[in-house]
Amino acid sequence: MLKAEELWFRYGAHLPWVVREQTLAIAPDDVMGLMAPSGYGKTTLGKLLAGYLTPTQGHITLDTQPLPQRGYCPVQIVFQNPELAVNPRWRIDRILREGHPPQLQYLDALGIHSSWMSRYPHELSGGELQRVAIARVLNRHTRYLIADEMTAMLDANTQALIWQVVAAFAHQYGVGVIAISHNQPLLNQICRPQAIINLSQNAAPQYTPKSPA
Amino acid sequence: MLTISDLSITFTQYDQGLRRKQLAVITDLDLSVQAGELVAVVGASGSGKSLLAHALLGILPANAQLTGTMEFQGTPLTPERSQALRGSAIALVPQSVGYLDPLMTVGRQVQRVAQLNGLPAGPAKTLMKRTFNRYDLPAQTPRRYPFQLSGGMARRVLVSTAVVTQADLVIADEPTPGLHPDVVTETLNHLRELTGAGRGVILITHDIDAALQVADRVAVFYAGTTVEVADAQDFSTGDLRHPYTQALWRSLPQNEFVAVPGNQPSPESLPPGCLFSDRCPQVTTECQQARPELRFVRQGWVRCIHAES
Repeated sequence: MLKAEELWFRYGAHLPWVVREQTLAIAPDDVMGLMAPSGYGKTTLGKLLAGYLTPTQGHITLDTQPLPQRGYCPVQIVFQNPELAVNPRWRIDRILREGHPPQLQYLDALGIHSSWMSRYPHELSGGELQRVAIARVLNRHTRYLIADEMTAMLDANTQALIWQVVAAFAHQYGVGVIAISHNQPLLNQICRPQAIINLSQNAAPQYTPKSPA
Repeated sequence: MLTISDLSITFTQYDQGLRRKQLAVITDLDLSVQAGELVAVVGASGSGKSLLAHALLGILPANAQLTGTMEFQGTPLTPERSQALRGSAIALVPQSVGYLDPLMTVGRQVQRVAQLNGLPAGPAKTLMKRTFNRYDLPAQTPRRYPFQLSGGMARRVLVSTAVVTQADLVIADEPTPGLHPDVVTETLNHLRELTGAGRGVILITHDIDAALQVADRVAVFYAGTTVEVADAQDFSTGDLRHPYTQALWRSLPQNEFVAVPGNQPSPESLPPGCLFSDRCPQVTTECQQARPELRFVRQGWVRCIHAES
């Protein structure tokens, strides 16, 4: 269980609160959808959960332990723009092995071609590079995955393909997924109806954990 | 107003040493835009949508070779002519505020565009203020720097840069990704309004859903070629002609959410036959022999030998 309790966050002592009193929990092998208009701190919340930022108040626990400070973080985040998430001076094969080497079956399923391995990020299109960024986190050490508008810049076919692969991966390894998106039909496809939270409607998100199968 | 036929763009790249290779990034592309019409160009990333915009604006890099014809208002569009027309008769609504000068207030930048179109400073400033007002931007917006704008405000400023010109053709490159649905609708409506004054608009997007909200016609690109040009209502009535367009429609989350496996062919090694043949469910040996011609079927254009009237 990945839990966030009463998180508060602001980028500076004199700046307004970006995240206010957010409490949420996600179980393994479940998909939670997070919606809110721009400026509600969705991305900031994702960064807090993945350990990129430290909450000003409140804490985050992974199976009752705080997030590890060193090594590969079991909570991984994938952003909308892959160009900013990879080292532009590394070739694709090195980028893929930055954390733990991904499994070949996922490279094939995502349609990552072996000829891409010797290229640099600027030699791939945005959709191709996003598949690389996703393949990088599809390994056994990822326990929770935060998909922040992961497919917003991709065409519908690639979007469906990527979510098929991510859903199969999450199910196989019992990975919990938080999908941040503006796309209501997409969330309806990938989440249970009770697992879609609209931050603008509820002060405290109402999320019903998945009942054990 | 704009007619593009059989456009091909090839890049020459150095491979190893002095060996060069050819990348055919756009092949046999066709598109036409009438005055007062909004044509959406839809396709996956890497299908040549943005390159088409670059070709129209005459900003392709030096290692690109262009063949085929582009005609704008009845006269061929040569690189020299696009250079003369860009910013005046052909305007671009860029993708993000990253295309603006980060060190200049947005008011001065939009005013400068109007001045470059021949207005003196005073009237240019009035036009800028009137345009900002028209898009409900707050009164202090002209004094803001690009980084101080929210996503929705930035969209309206970027549309303003095209509106203050007298451009007959406006090209909007991916104006909506990752925006809240309300802001998306608002941006699209602003683009739609431009056609009211008799301008032609090309909306480049990967988001079919957004395109169908405002477009008259939709051109579907695949691997640098036009596979289909359909009326916007053909999508909801299921009257689509090309297997790729049908697959794209089915893969929307509000439809079936199923994907066709595989990738677009790489521009280094395009197949000799139909570019979609390796992923197409209807493929036959005939498809793999020659590129299908663009045909007029059921009031739309399609590049598939199996489409029937």
